Amino acid sequence: MSLFLDLGSWVLFGIGSLLLFIGALGVLRLPTLFTRMHAASLTESLGTIAVLTGIMLQAGLTLATMKLLAILLFLLLTSPTSSYALANAALLARNRDQTREQADRK
Amino acid sequence: MTILLAVFLLTMLVITAVAIVRTRDLFAAVMLLGIFSLLMAANFFVLDAADVALTEAAVGAGISTVLFLGALALTAARERESGDSRWLPLVVVVIMAATVVYATFDKPALGDPNAPVHQHVAPWYLSETPRLIDIPNVVTAVLGSYRGYDTLGEVFVVFTAGIAVLFLLGSGRPGELFSRPPDELSTGGLKHHLIPRVVGKLLIPFIILFGLYVQFHGEYGPGGGFQAGAIIAAGVILYALLEGETRALAALPESALKVMVIGGALLYTLVGVVCMLMGGNFLDYSVLSTNSVAGQQLGIILIEAGVGLAVTGVLLSIFHAFAARATA
Repeated sequence: MSLFLDLGSWVLFGIGSLLLFIGALGVLRLPTLFTRMHAASLTESLGTIAVLTGIMLQAGLTLATMKLLAILLFLLLTSPTSSYALANAALLARNRDQTREQADRK
Repeated sequence: MTILLAVFLLTMLVITAVAIVRTRDLFAAVMLLGIFSLLMAANFFVLDAADVALTEAAVGAGISTVLFLGALALTAARERESGDSRWLPLVVVVIMAATVVYATFDKPALGDPNAPVHQHVAPWYLSETPRLIDIPNVVTAVLGSYRGYDTLGEVFVVFTAGIAVLFLLGSGRPGELFSRPPDELSTGGLKHHLIPRVVGKLLIPFIILFGLYVQFHGEYGPGGGFQAGAIIAAGVILYALLEGETRALAALPESALKVMVIGGALLYTLVGVVCMLMGGNFLDYSVLSTNSVAGQQLGIILIEAGVGLAVTGVLLSIFHAFAARATA
């Protein structure tokens, strides 16, 4: 039984690390801000779920698992929100720059 | 494995520090400072210093970043190019660094149980705390009771810093210290940004609840007034950002903040004075109750409450002072 738990958690660790690595690679290699954010925010959600579930399998039915669950819930709520806020701020800043350029041209 | 993690974290710290020094973009520097604090917190945690790690994460990575951003709103976002020669500072830094590196040669190895620091008062703290104060977290016992004077000093440093910021940035008119001309941001906050508002509103009660947990669980786990104050202040600042400073000031008005700042510092001092009046030494909580252990626990709870109140009040006052200046 514990062998299967170990196996499961290591598979989850592997998937999670791979996803987070791909996300980091995307942040480094993709050309523009929005494509980079796309890479980071998409892989981050599933990566965190996989890694934290892997740790939960290791911790078993203890208080630590409940804490990990709370952390997972918190991350699932906040990380897409911060991605949204970042993208929104970038969009607004770009619009502001463009209107400024148009104003300069006139 | 732990060593590997610690070396990785310290290497990242050095890289971040160099990046902070090199960048001319102050906004990027603030973000890097937050990362620096988070790495430092992880490093403290690797060293089993959970209380310090919590403080560093809450204050260094959390509140300082917000306050730096508030300061950036008042100044330029880029560092001015300095024409001065860089050679003199470089020489000074190299000499200082060499001295520090030389000093580490005499340092005992990491975790050496025979190091002087572990042979001085630490064994006494560890062996006597269960008998004298009977709380599991010895750090809180040291902070609140054995070294109560130092902590009182820290609270007054925070208190003085808050007053100094209010002198410099406040409007100077009592009753409207944080007043600013009403605009869309100060009254409406992020009204048009549905997602951050909904998620923020969902999280704020839990942030405050976690702050209270850290405040009152400090005797049993990592935590205490300083960390709790920073977390609660972060929750209220989040509210101010989402709903506008006007509504945050309606919930916690200037008068309440003043009561928290002054009352927190006074509460701590008064506990000490009451100890004297009841026949003990200043900040000797044993006399507060007929049972000296219960007296110690009561004293620590009271002074931690004072610390929490003062820190929350000062951080929120500083935030409001920056926010009121940003558009004025």
